[in-house]
Amino acid sequence: MNNEAVFKFRSISENEAFARMVVASFIAPYDPTIGELTDLKTVVSEAVTNAIIHGYDGKNDQWVYMTLLMEENVLTIEVRDEGIGMSDIEEAMQPLYTTKPEMERSGMGFTIMEHFMDAVEVTSVSTQGTTIRMSKHLASVQAECH
Amino acid sequence: MAFTVQAEIKKNVLLLRMQGELDHHATEKIREELLNLMEEHDITHLVLNLEELEFMDSSGLGLMLGRYKHLQKKNGSMIICAISEPVKRLFEMSGLFRIMIIESSEDQALMRLGVA
Repeated sequence: MNNEAVFKFRSISENEAFARMVVASFIAPYDPTIGELTDLKTVVSEAVTNAIIHGYDGKNDQWVYMTLLMEENVLTIEVRDEGIGMSDIEEAMQPLYTTKPEMERSGMGFTIMEHFMDAVEVTSVSTQGTTIRMSKHLASVQAECH
Repeated sequence: MAFTVQAEIKKNVLLLRMQGELDHHATEKIREELLNLMEEHDITHLVLNLEELEFMDSSGLGLMLGRYKHLQKKNGSMIICAISEPVKRLFEMSGLFRIMIIESSEDQALMRLGVA
């Protein structure tokens, strides 16, 4: 069963939990393992947190966009903001790298996304925003016969 | 599920029993209170009981690493106990298991610090 859902929500930190619940609900019909569920909630939490604290620098009246796509047995998650963007994506994705050490950011967000997903792709344009697109093959989902 | 934490002080040991989901939103809410509590009671050791912590992301890692570094300067220690399966995955991948002391139960952790 293929499916797609699109959401937009305000850049408030309460919506980190909301986004996790959304992805958990979206994949519930596919009967994921507990491990898959935890991994997906974690990567969504990381991506949405990035949009809120880095993309929008804590401004809480902006929009975060999330698209969930299930095609065959591959889940693709896209989280997008229209915030400040990143000047050096490669540097930002290094383990332990953070621009906000004073906020006790661990700098592990992208490392976690790359570890828990099969593929992570980041595009960013300075002053226009950042898009994180990541996908994972769900072992528990049976591909439909054609 | 929202995040709640229950604190107990035994001499210079602060025991925190965490419940629910520890994300950026939750860490922002508790960080200052936690710092004040540790300051006021001159805490040198921290025990985190994670039995009922259902979820944690890199924001939680940041909070824990922050306290760990702070306690190290005071020659203190940080003990994690009763870790739940979902949180264990994050600890494994981030390498936190290598630097923090892990005990199977709260009693074990408190015994190790001599305040059981």
